[in-house]
Amino acid sequence: MFSDYTSTELVSIFAMQGFAGLILFSVFVLMALGLAIIFGQMGVINMAHGEFMILGAYVTYLLSNLFETHMPALFSIYFFVAMIVAFFAAGALGALVEWGLIRHLYRRPLDTLLATWGLSLILQQTYRTVFGAREVGVSLPDWLMGSIPLTDIIEIPINGLFVMGLTLTIAVSVYFLMFKSRWGGQVRAVVQNRPMAGAVGINTEKTDRITFALGCGIAGVAGSAFTMIGSTGPSSGQLYIVDTFLVVVFGGAQSLLGTIASAFTISQAQSTMEFFLSGSMAKVLTLLTVVGILMLRPQGLFALKIRH
Amino acid sequence: MSTNDIRAYMPKGDLISLLILAVLILVVFPLSMDIFRLNLVGKYLTYAFVAIGLVLCWGYGGILSLGQGVFFGLGGYCMAMFLKLEASSPEATKIQSTPGIPDFMDWNQITELPWFWEPFYSFPFTILAVLIVPTIFAYIIGAAMFKRRVGGVYFAIITQAVASILTVLIIGQQGYTGGVNGITDLRTLLGWDIRTDSAKFILYFVNAGLLIGCLLIAQYIRKSKLGRLLVAMREREDRVRFSGYDVSDFKIFVFCIGAMFSAIGGAMFTLQVGFMSPSFVGIVPSIEMVIFCAVGGRLSIFGAVYGALLVNWSKTTFSESFPELWLFAMGALFIGVVMAFPSGLAGLYKQHIGPRIRNTLATIRRDYLASRANAKSQSFATD
Repeated sequence: MFSDYTSTELVSIFAMQGFAGLILFSVFVLMALGLAIIFGQMGVINMAHGEFMILGAYVTYLLSNLFETHMPALFSIYFFVAMIVAFFAAGALGALVEWGLIRHLYRRPLDTLLATWGLSLILQQTYRTVFGAREVGVSLPDWLMGSIPLTDIIEIPINGLFVMGLTLTIAVSVYFLMFKSRWGGQVRAVVQNRPMAGAVGINTEKTDRITFALGCGIAGVAGSAFTMIGSTGPSSGQLYIVDTFLVVVFGGAQSLLGTIASAFTISQAQSTMEFFLSGSMAKVLTLLTVVGILMLRPQGLFALKIRH
Repeated sequence: MSTNDIRAYMPKGDLISLLILAVLILVVFPLSMDIFRLNLVGKYLTYAFVAIGLVLCWGYGGILSLGQGVFFGLGGYCMAMFLKLEASSPEATKIQSTPGIPDFMDWNQITELPWFWEPFYSFPFTILAVLIVPTIFAYIIGAAMFKRRVGGVYFAIITQAVASILTVLIIGQQGYTGGVNGITDLRTLLGWDIRTDSAKFILYFVNAGLLIGCLLIAQYIRKSKLGRLLVAMREREDRVRFSGYDVSDFKIFVFCIGAMFSAIGGAMFTLQVGFMSPSFVGIVPSIEMVIFCAVGGRLSIFGAVYGALLVNWSKTTFSESFPELWLFAMGALFIGVVMAFPSGLAGLYKQHIGPRIRNTLATIRRDYLASRANAKSQSFATD
């Protein structure tokens, strides 16, 4: 299959597909980071994670309309406002869901899965009722459009670069929050030994709620970033949820670094194969490989050595 | 088997439940419904096969599979491939550029029947394939996962991924599988037109008979030593392992049984509905199948049948009249059944309705005995 192309063309193809893969990687990482906190750290299966992401996307859509009609002067920076609002909107909904639903089910992980699936159905239908079944897109400010030509064949879209920068920022801040801050220490203490964490004076219920809300908030930001590279429909979230879970499980559920590494592997494999095979076959092959590796190595790529 | 053995496997309560269900399916439904509604009920009952399998896997074994649609679909596709080949004889398809192959292959510029379609000319092979292909598939997944002691949530996610992969594969390989539309326009089974009313009527009873057969197998498993081991494993897997049992073999076995039941349901679905498509394979239908089981009561094989009937019936009714409300209702059902009624309809019956019926029956019996005693003493008095 390589013989039809010259070597320079091949290099460019790999570079372009590699870059497309990097954008996919950024979206995967953003979605998976939230899930890695909720699923990897807390052990809660949140099947409605995609819907939290879509909430962020719709918030961005609403704000872009608002700025366009009422504050056109500030339109070029609306995106930053939208991300912050998306974070807090999704986080607030997350805290509410944790209070109403999740906290009753911490001991029944399989039931959490079913209940959050029900929640995702309700949220989807709510989006459909409020925003309509059609997919919506946002208009980007001028400085995010266009691309930087690198050579005559290779061009790098600016919005892709922006999403990657954003991902990097969020990943680094999550790392510092989880591993360097006092609050992150509390979260990890609660995860590792709940009664002991409670005994030394950590408010475990509050920690759980904030952790869950933070995971959902990151999903909201992911949704906000998602609007820059694709349109949003009521059921877009469901399309990504299985991939995202696979990313987290493949990376080794408790390791944030593993999540990022596995998001990188999966997205690069998929986008490189997509050029040579049909999109669906690329996806089938990628997912099959992941499932196959998980069957051989169920603990994921980067398993922490913990005694259970 | 002596009478005592039979009694051990089929206690009086279960026997009554089975008889009531059999009368409902075999007598009440056929007498009270026209053929269109009866065919719909037949379709709902094909999901009951899956739900019974899930009761064994999830309720008893504690293994939640979110990929039962895979097995339902594999069974259904095996049957559909046979029917499709029969429907695309060279005479029936002579307007195609390659006569004798299914129409969707012709549309996708395929000029030769793929090798894996060839054996499906034979009916015995098809029946075997319906039963064996999904079971082998389940064995591979089960052996890979359970031998490495993967279970619970991870198993659920992996099975869900498998369902997702199979759907993408079926939709992507349009020329070999019929793509999104699936395999449609199925006509005859061994020359017998399955689209007529009489055929639908007979297929309904075949389906009902198979369902009762599966219920009996499930009941046997439930009451056997295997059933008790499954419950023990669900509660304290390590203790069962330390007692010298190979836990994974039991899990694989019950997962394979669930897969085989689902496949029978899928094959009967194809026969009764007349097509098979990827929309019965993917993530959404698979997780809906879990809710049939949960609504019925995850520990009750009879409840599972009622759960499948009730959820599907309300889905049809709701989505006919209030299509927007259906997803809300479905979502509420998922949350409600987990938060408020973890043991489903069967639990409600056991806790509330059953005792009431038993009380009423006891009162009637007491009154009857008392009145008879009265009558006797009066008759003595008059003598």
